[in-house]
Amino acid sequence: MTALSALFMRDLRLAWRHGGGALMGVLFFLIVVTLIPFAVGPDLALLQRIGPAMLWIGALLASLLGLDRLFAVDHEDGSLDVILMGQAPLELTVLTKGLAHWLTTGVPLVIAAPLLGLLLNLDITATAAVALTLLAGTPALTFIGLIGAALSVALRRGGLLLAVLVMPLTVPVLIFGVSASNAAVSGPVPFGVPLTILCALSLMSLVIGPFAAAAALRQDME
Amino acid sequence: MEGNTVVNTVDPALPDGRSTPMKRPMSLLDYANPSRFLSFADRVIPWLTGLTALVFAFGLSQALFVAPDDYQQGATVKIMFLHVPSAWLAMFGWTLMSIAALGTLVWRHPLADVAAKTVAPIGAGFTLLCLITGSLWGRPMWGTYWVWDARLTSFFVLFLMYLGVIALWRTVEEPARAARAAAILTLVGAVNLPIIKYSVDWWNTLHQPASVMRLGKPAIDSAILTPLMIMTLAFTLLFVTLHFAAMRNEILRRRVRTMLLMKAGRAPGN
Repeated sequence: MTALSALFMRDLRLAWRHGGGALMGVLFFLIVVTLIPFAVGPDLALLQRIGPAMLWIGALLASLLGLDRLFAVDHEDGSLDVILMGQAPLELTVLTKGLAHWLTTGVPLVIAAPLLGLLLNLDITATAAVALTLLAGTPALTFIGLIGAALSVALRRGGLLLAVLVMPLTVPVLIFGVSASNAAVSGPVPFGVPLTILCALSLMSLVIGPFAAAAALRQDME
Repeated sequence: MEGNTVVNTVDPALPDGRSTPMKRPMSLLDYANPSRFLSFADRVIPWLTGLTALVFAFGLSQALFVAPDDYQQGATVKIMFLHVPSAWLAMFGWTLMSIAALGTLVWRHPLADVAAKTVAPIGAGFTLLCLITGSLWGRPMWGTYWVWDARLTSFFVLFLMYLGVIALWRTVEEPARAARAAAILTLVGAVNLPIIKYSVDWWNTLHQPASVMRLGKPAIDSAILTPLMIMTLAFTLLFVTLHFAAMRNEILRRRVRTMLLMKAGRAPGN
């Protein structure tokens, strides 16, 4: 257990101190959302209508952006081998790394979302709904992405392949995230239905992700 | 690693059957020997090809000349005879790939990764065929080539996932490692595909009320159903034939690769 918590603290510290890993994702998120009014025009009514969807797309892309370095950095400097040789089950190790990654990249996106909602003319309900759905949904994005990160760890141009592999799997998360946000504002369905499904997706990927990623890392190290 | 060496080594072709001392029924594991599989495939492929051609000829004549036009859709309903079998094979392909993935990961069956690798492009091809025929069908029915209909959309996602698997196969250079990476991705995809399907359905009903045409009409007349079944059989036979041929090619390709590596190893200076 101490090994796992040491790994957790190490990943947090590295993300925080090394090259602004956490803030880079937020910056990317900010830029994507800033680009949207340039593309669709500064019509506030339209921005308000598509706002939740745009925030979700931005968060999805931003969370994919950081994933390719999740195992690749450790692989390059050799610390991944040390981590894999540890006593703890590989699945738990991978889960720990995933949690640290979510804390340093997913949670900042959730915190930044309300500010960006202001730029897209979202009212207070919609902003809260988007932030809440992002909080419920970003773990799913991280842990689905974990599989892609483990599969592409030792590859050249792994980042692009990772996005290609992971994005189709994130379709359900996007669907339920956006429809929950819209349901809070206008939608015909109650807010709770898509939100609970979103939580279910997160919990499921919390189980599948570490196992699949651990299997992928094992085959890579053989 | 050890699972794949059998495929990679160049073994002299066995004289068919007689070299085995005892006669016993062939099991799946016997075909783990690539030479045996090759001789089996060589024997089977001509028969399969002939059978496929026959069933296609019969099915097409039934579909084109015997099956009546739909009273609403007219002759465009004939697209169904290509569309529905391709849709079935698109799903069949991923199922086959998942079984092969289990074979790779659990039993390390040396033919399983050959099967998984070769089924991916064929499955992607049929998925594309399903999308194209669906879009051509949509033009007279919906007035546009593409509608974000739930079925079309989930098949589109399936197509993207096929492309992802193919991309992974092509990116990892060593076949054995690529096989296991692709197997993991295939199984993750198999778990996720039903979820994607249902979420797309949910998304679709949320956005458009059921105004578009429904394929699953309460009852398909047997005059249409029978040719459809025959065409499905014909397409499935085509799929199996193509898969056998592709597996044979892949085994031969791996032998060529091994030979080249061995030749490089023997080159002066090593």
